[in-house]
This record gives sequence, C-alpha cells and structure tokens, in this order.
Amino acid sequence: MSIPETATPRLLSGVRTKHDKVRGNWVLLAPERAVKLDQIGVAILEETTGSRTFGDILDALSTKYNAPREQISGDVQKFLTSLIDRRMMEVN
Amino acid sequence: MDAPQPQPTAEITYGPPIAMLAELTHRCPLSCPYCSNPLELTQREAELPTEIWIDTFRQAAELGVLQLHLSGGEPASRRDLEDLITACRDHDLYSNLITSGIGLTEKRLAGLKERGLDHVQLSLQGVDAAMADMIGGYKGGYNRKMDVAKWTTALDLPLTLNAVVHEKNIDRLPETIDMAVSMGARRLEVATVQFHGWADKHRAALMPTREQAKRCGQRVAEARARLKGVLVIDYVPADHHADYPKPCMGGWGSTGLNIVPDGRVMPCHAAHTIPHLVFENVRDTPLADIWNHSSAFNAYRGFDWMPEPCKSCDRKTRDFGGCRCQAMAIAGDAAATDPVCIKSPLHAQLQAQAEADAHADGPLTYRKMPA
Repeated sequence: MSIPETATPRLLSGVRTKHDKVRGNWVLLAPERAVKLDQIGVAILEETTGSRTFGDILDALSTKYNAPREQISGDVQKFLTSLIDRRMMEVN
Repeated sequence: MDAPQPQPTAEITYGPPIAMLAELTHRCPLSCPYCSNPLELTQREAELPTEIWIDTFRQAAELGVLQLHLSGGEPASRRDLEDLITACRDHDLYSNLITSGIGLTEKRLAGLKERGLDHVQLSLQGVDAAMADMIGGYKGGYNRKMDVAKWTTALDLPLTLNAVVHEKNIDRLPETIDMAVSMGARRLEVATVQFHGWADKHRAALMPTREQAKRCGQRVAEARARLKGVLVIDYVPADHHADYPKPCMGGWGSTGLNIVPDGRVMPCHAAHTIPHLVFENVRDTPLADIWNHSSAFNAYRGFDWMPEPCKSCDRKTRDFGGCRCQAMAIAGDAAATDPVCIKSPLHAQLQAQAEADAHADGPLTYRKMPA
C-alpha cells in the first residue's frame, strides 16, 4: 500500500524524536522501541509536520536538498511506510 | 553497609544501556500464580525512597538509557508515582507504565499524562471477567482494566496490552487479539509464562502443550500479516517446546538493566537466582560504575565465558547462549548451555518434562504478599 500524495502523515501520540547525546545521533522513541535515525530519516521527519501532505513533504525535501523529486520519492515512501507498519505514524 | 567493590573490566564489548526497568515495589493487588517476582519479596520499608529513584533516573539518562519502564509489583501502589513520572520527563526519558490498572483512576491517569507519561502497558489475565479474575485472584480486576484501557485511549496515550498466556487461556488468543484491536491498543504482547520462581511451582497447571504452543505461533504469524499497520504483536514463545533458546535480554549486560525495589541492580529480572552473583546497590554505587564494572554484569557479557557447544556455535551471536537463569535452574550451572537448546545434553529431559507437565494438571496457588 503506498501513501497518496494528498495524504497527510503524522507521528502518533507518544512517538517523538530525541537527540541522543550519549551516542551522538537522533532516535525515534515509541512504545517499547527506540529507532536510530540516520540523516535521511531526520531530514524526512523534520518536514513531516503533521499538517503537510506527502506531496508537500516531497516538494520541501526536493528543494532543500536540491534532489530530483522522482529520485527521492521512493525512499521517502519506504521510510514513512515502515513507520506506519510499526504503528508509529498514521496518514489522514 | 559494605558495598561490594566492582571489578574493572578488561575489554568493552557492549555499548550504553538502552532501557532500564525500575521495579518500584513488589506490592501488588493481584496474586497471579505465575508471578515473576522473586520468591522472597521486598517489604515496603526496604523500598528505595523517592529521591534515590529520581537521582537514579538522572544517572540512567546520563549513561544513555532512553526507555524507562516503571514496573513492580504494581507501580501505581507507590504514592510518589507522579513525582517519578515528572522526573522521567525532566531527564528526557521515555516513560512506560507497566500496570495491572488497579490503583489508577481516570483522574490519576490524566494527571500522569500531564506530567509527561509516554505510554501505558496494561496486563491482561484473560478475555473475560471469569478467567481474568480467577488468574489474577482479584475480583473486579477485569472490569477495572477495561476502564483503564478506555481512559488510556481517550487520553490519546499509546496503549499496549500485555497478555500472559498459558495452558488455560492460550487457546483464546484470537479473542485476545480482537480485544486489543477493538480497544484501540497499538501493541499486543503475547508472552508465554516463563517457568521461573513462583511460576515453576505451577508447571502442571500452566504448561501449554506442544500443540497449543504451535497453534499460538501460527495464530500470531497470521494476525501480524492481517493487522499490519493496525496492531504490532510481540511474541514470547513457549521456549520449553522450542529447539533453540530465546535471545535472553538481547545478550547479558548488553542493552538493559533492572533495578529491584531495594535498589540492587541486576542484568535481568531473575539474575538473583544465580547464587554466586553479587549485586551492587544504587544507594552505594554510581550507576555507571555498576554498568561498566559490576562483576555480575561482566559475568556473562560477550562470548568469552561460554563453554562448548556454545563457544563454537554459529547461533551464538543470535541467541547469546539463551537464558542464564534457566541454565542455573535446570543444569545447576549458570554458564551451561540453556537446556532449551537442542545441543544441550539436558534438552531431551527438559522437553519430556514439559510434555508431561502439559498433560498433567495441578492446583493454582495465589501469590500473596507476606504480612
């Protein structure tokens, strides 16, 4: 199942990012889970505000990182879908 | 009190801990016959006071702990639970309240959320009042749990349902899964009773049959596929019917630490059953020193301690030789291969005993806190 461009993804309640000072990276904290975030994950979540659509997120990332939209779309889709499957994110 | 002196370790084979289980109290309104707390319970007077818990949370955060599990006994039995949740938020720890639900009211739960509680894990002893209250030994417990589940989701707190399964309720797993979904839980833990301590006395009453365990595994797999994106299911299988051991604690002293109500720090919940281990106490020793230098934490860290067949086994990086406490209990040697493992000389005996217990029945003795 893929996320339509008009859908709005948001982190569910009780799911938050944190800078892990001890390990020097960002993590996503969720019920009984701590997911280490790489730079790409951090960049995607920075644009996932809860009010932006998936299409808006792709636009923002494409502009900010000067990357072709169609090139990043698959990776962003995959990342967000993995969070949806793990009940850390939902789309409206 | 003379604190044992932690020994320096030669080689660092582990990172900082990710999770800490704070067992705030052994007091509990339920009296489940598979209680996983030690045979000798800590009395209220010996529990750590609020300020030591709070200072320990601070040390844990500095050490690298991300997730703090507040457990017991029943953590809501502690009147300072509110202050402890505030401390979790102050130190940016992700707080997880592991509760039976008894001792919570709608107002108290809302107050805990206000103070920064991140997640509620609610235990479930059965899918109806008759089964749940029979196992928990607490009349009205089931109805209260249903209320707590409603309040939790209404407050938009994430809810995990923790269903302990055994011979008497494992066949009702489909109803358990439906209940988790209809409650709006995001996670379900299906945990087969671990036969240590108090539960070990009730093997005949609680040991599932091999068939039951197999069906349970299949049902979990089917539900995971069907409910992807709806419900996350974590599963602790019946290891006495398995061929390989569970990766206990993800490896001894590698990812987490446990603090028991009197302040002793252990690599796992049952480590006190290994008689030669000496545990430092947060009352006397800084948490970082304990994590890095405690002889108990270093005893089974990494792979150097392993005897054969574990030492040369290609599964050792996956299951870390299994459970040390089970090796202690069954083989009489905490460094032995977990008897669950097909390579253990005790495997056949363990499986035969499990099979015999599965087809036997016995009384359930409730766990009561001594007066």
